[in-house]
Amino acid sequence: MAGPIDLYDVANAERDARAHFSRRAFVCTSTGCLSAGASAIKQTLADSVTGSDQEQSVQVVPTGCFGLCSRGPLVRVEARGKDPMLYEHVTADIAAEIAGEHLLEGREASADKLSLDLPFFTRQEKVVLSNAGHIDPDRIEDYVGQGGYRALQSAVETMTPEGVVKTIKRSGLRGRGGAGYPTGRKWEFLATAESDEKYVVANGDEGDPGAYMDRTIMETDPHRVLEGLSLAGYATGASQGYIYVRAEYPLAIERLERAIREAKRAKLLGRSVLGSDFRFDIEVRIGAGAFVCGEETALMASIQGERGTPTLRPPYPTERGLWGKPTMIQNVETLANVPMIMERGAEWFASLGTPESKGTKVFALTGSLNNTGLIEVPMGITLREIVEEMGGGIPGGRAFKAAQSGGPSGGCIPAEYLDTPVDYENLQQLGSMMGSGGLVVMDDTVSMPEVARFYMEFCRDESCGKCSPCRVGTVKMHAFLDRICEGVGRKRDLQHLESLCHTVRATSMCGLGQSAPNPVFSTLEHFRDEYLELLVPDETFGGSDARWTAEPERAAATTERGAR
Amino acid sequence: MEDRVAERASNGAAAHPSGDERFGVLEKALKRTRYSQDQLIEILHVAQGVFGYLSEDVLIFIGRELRLPLSRVFGVATFYHLFTFEEPGEHGATVCTGTACFVKGADRIVDALAAEFRISSGETTEDGRFTLKTARCLGSCGLAPVVVIDGAVRGHLDADGVLEAVAEQMAADADDDAEDPTPDEADAVAAGAASEARL
Repeated sequence: MAGPIDLYDVANAERDARAHFSRRAFVCTSTGCLSAGASAIKQTLADSVTGSDQEQSVQVVPTGCFGLCSRGPLVRVEARGKDPMLYEHVTADIAAEIAGEHLLEGREASADKLSLDLPFFTRQEKVVLSNAGHIDPDRIEDYVGQGGYRALQSAVETMTPEGVVKTIKRSGLRGRGGAGYPTGRKWEFLATAESDEKYVVANGDEGDPGAYMDRTIMETDPHRVLEGLSLAGYATGASQGYIYVRAEYPLAIERLERAIREAKRAKLLGRSVLGSDFRFDIEVRIGAGAFVCGEETALMASIQGERGTPTLRPPYPTERGLWGKPTMIQNVETLANVPMIMERGAEWFASLGTPESKGTKVFALTGSLNNTGLIEVPMGITLREIVEEMGGGIPGGRAFKAAQSGGPSGGCIPAEYLDTPVDYENLQQLGSMMGSGGLVVMDDTVSMPEVARFYMEFCRDESCGKCSPCRVGTVKMHAFLDRICEGVGRKRDLQHLESLCHTVRATSMCGLGQSAPNPVFSTLEHFRDEYLELLVPDETFGGSDARWTAEPERAAATTERGAR
Repeated sequence: MEDRVAERASNGAAAHPSGDERFGVLEKALKRTRYSQDQLIEILHVAQGVFGYLSEDVLIFIGRELRLPLSRVFGVATFYHLFTFEEPGEHGATVCTGTACFVKGADRIVDALAAEFRISSGETTEDGRFTLKTARCLGSCGLAPVVVIDGAVRGHLDADGVLEAVAEQMAADADDDAEDPTPDEADAVAAGAASEARL
């Protein structure tokens, strides 16, 4: 292709090609379903169609995440004039059945199906994930066919960079990586910074355990991330973008790199984006397993091939970032919102969500729930709606105990706050945080001090060691929690733990240390009784051997552990 | 930088005195990244893909090629969890210990594997047959608890199921070994080339 891509030609050609097929099967090929055997399923479907008399009228499309990962692998069949069917728990055998009956002969197969009227699907509001399950992430034509890259085209052809910044400001979009900083303001900082070179970075270092929103966005719709990053580059005057991805996400890396190659070929990236004066390139940089690299200054160090240790702010990256030049770091999900805002307008976006938290949020819904997976919901939805309606309640007749949000930096929300609308401010008030969007539901079998210990072990292992409050503090806090959980802690251990938590929060250098005590604070606030129950009463230590007689079971457990 | 690429090209690919052709793969990656020092992490990934782990020899080689002090190469390599400095066992299981897997009993799986092979997490059995590792969230929470056995992701398994799957995997390999007793360097080079193609 010599000149830039003609978006309308490609989109029209795509539409014509699609109209050709009377039946289309979409196979989820995101990491979750792939690990459960989705590639064999896709192969079976494709093989059955190839060479049959229906080859011209049936299409098999590998696509991104449908969301309901616990019922995977999932296959959706769309037939002209009929409601789509979603088959669950598909195996290669079931795929053969679906191919034979539904794809080739047009009768519904008897295999297990999921109703698309489940609240899990109907309560969602898809902006970022609007293409999920509808396009092949490896084909740029699929993205363009859905109207992709038109926002970028209209921006570079008809808008000034200032105009783009203004639109983002008006939309009220806030950072989706955790803190919720107003996106437009950050863009303005970089746009007004004076420098011959500026950088924009997409943060895909999603390290929170139990969270996979960004991975899914990158795997499902890589071009949307590229378009969002390009728009950020245009608006702020940057000519180089980086996408920093965890090495644990090989599929996301592969799809992004392919997307970048295709976008370059189509002249959507490069010296002259879509024939304009705007020059922009994107490079993928891979992490190597360090949670702290999600922190923006540590992330920049890692992009430069150094140890991922954070540095003090200010100076903020928008003043002094990569290689000393002004740099802006944005979460992948934040950037994925940008193309749609530019296309449909700031007012449309601002009409979604709540007055302070606009738009939607993607959550990874996991833990003790009947339906686990990925959901995109408008801000302001209540936790009860998410857990009870969409999640389908707790399995095994157990009771809801708490929802953990924000990962190791967040906290637990107990049952009495289930009716709180989910937005940045409310979650913060409850001692938790929006975080990147991991939402882990725990039933009444889970011990809260153990949850706190689990997260503290995580922070201890992930502390980069640069500042001592975090390096030493996380080790000590974990040791106190360990004593308490193992039933050998005393009242003073709990007191020391609490006072240390305050110190570490106040004195650590970066967000990792400052927020490491959060799981302890929030579990103490809502479930202090559980801690107290585990403590060995001080009276036990009154006599020399009193402990052994007063607490025979606990003492026995301790000796056994000692032996191990 | 240009000079450096040209200088290297004229020296030919056999840059390492041992003549080990795996260094050739590494050399290619270095050339592709134009010996850029900020691509150190990428180069370490390629090296680990080719060699399976980062030996001292390999780290010294990378330091010399990139003209970086050894302290920097060692410092970066040891900072990141994904790099390993010991030869991994023939078989391996990585147990995900992310939150969703934790809630669903990942610790019981780790304990069972540790007891079965008498090693703790991060160790390899003395005969070099098996390595046990843990990971922080593999992002397949819908399948929790998740265990990766020899590169294949397995979900919804309890401790007994994991032990069985590992035993199966190790037995299957014993059969393969009978046919092909010496898995040679060529495999490693192919694996390295594949990982380079990815990068």
